[in-house]
Amino acid sequence: MSMINPLARARGLGSAKSGVHHWYAQRASAVLLILLTGWLIFALISLSGTGYAEAAAFIAKPGNAAFLSVLIITMFYHAMLGLQVVIEDYVHHPVVEIILYFVTRAGAFLCMALGIIHVLKLALGA
Amino acid sequence: MAEFQLPRNSRIGKGKVFSAPADAKNTKVFRIYRWNPDDDSNPRVDSFEVDLDTCGPMVLDAIIKIKSEIDPTLTFRRSCREGICGSCAMNIDGTNTLACTKPISEIKGEVKVNPLPHLPVVKDIVPDLSHFYAQYATIRPWIRTQSTTPPDRERLQSKTEREKLDGLYECILCACCSTSCPSYWWNGDRYLGPAILLQAYRWLADSRDEATGERLDELEDPFRLYRCHTIMNCTRTCPKGLNPAKAIAEIKKTLMTRRGI
Repeated sequence: MSMINPLARARGLGSAKSGVHHWYAQRASAVLLILLTGWLIFALISLSGTGYAEAAAFIAKPGNAAFLSVLIITMFYHAMLGLQVVIEDYVHHPVVEIILYFVTRAGAFLCMALGIIHVLKLALGA
Repeated sequence: MAEFQLPRNSRIGKGKVFSAPADAKNTKVFRIYRWNPDDDSNPRVDSFEVDLDTCGPMVLDAIIKIKSEIDPTLTFRRSCREGICGSCAMNIDGTNTLACTKPISEIKGEVKVNPLPHLPVVKDIVPDLSHFYAQYATIRPWIRTQSTTPPDRERLQSKTEREKLDGLYECILCACCSTSCPSYWWNGDRYLGPAILLQAYRWLADSRDEATGERLDELEDPFRLYRCHTIMNCTRTCPKGLNPAKAIAEIKKTLMTRRGI
């Protein structure tokens, strides 16, 4: 039971004056992912039946290494934005919300870094 | 948190059964949600068998007949009985709609009548719309101008400018769309919901209004606007055939235009 005026409740803390960037980034990364996934499927088909050496050589080419790196970044960036929306939608416990938010962000950045390091390792032959 | 089970005191119990008179030939069963705040019992669903030969064609006709002839304690809102006031919005046969414009003949089998989903219930099928109306008030739904009113005439609008309000001005604020929206169920405290956002767009689209920027400032919020995930329940359920999902998409597009790529 709360005696707060309905209008005060509805106005709440006011507008955050943000959200456009998140919305746009989610859609832009989705479009980019469609293109890059097309490239990935094409690459996987052309590599099918070959061995590790051929696949490593394919990734080592600068163009392919760049495509794969951008794909990895875009994929985890998009997943990070999407998971944020899921958390905002369904998790209404302020502490749990913040923890999950940081875990998904940190996880996404870690996965990006790991992916890029592996691509670089193949590309630079380290 | 999203709730997948009703609270203990909201679980629905067994209701009463009212049979039609013995000489009734053409009958239909109406299963209506009942809850009275004055007794301490859980909600229940009562079954009323109605003689359709002595009843009007719409679901509201049957509900009024039940109140007049079977159970006068049945509580519901109604006013215009022609789809323009929005009072009799309720969940009929699983879809939010206006009881006065929903023909009984469209429903196969028993007619299930429930209050609009995920709102506090005042009594029976009367929901508490205070927060919904307060949200409407937050968008300040009236013309806001900086220029002074012309002394000798109205603020004029061309035919094409006026046409931009078609599909928006017809909204009667019955709340069918907002209460059909899962995003509004889970985050209705902050998310404005399709009805209010359609009304907000009605003022953004009005060529005479001079507060577009301020209105967009107020709407640009991860919860107020961006809880809309284009689920489209709003458009599917609107008893007036309007498209709130499109109005929300237009607001998002306008915000993008303002920001630049």
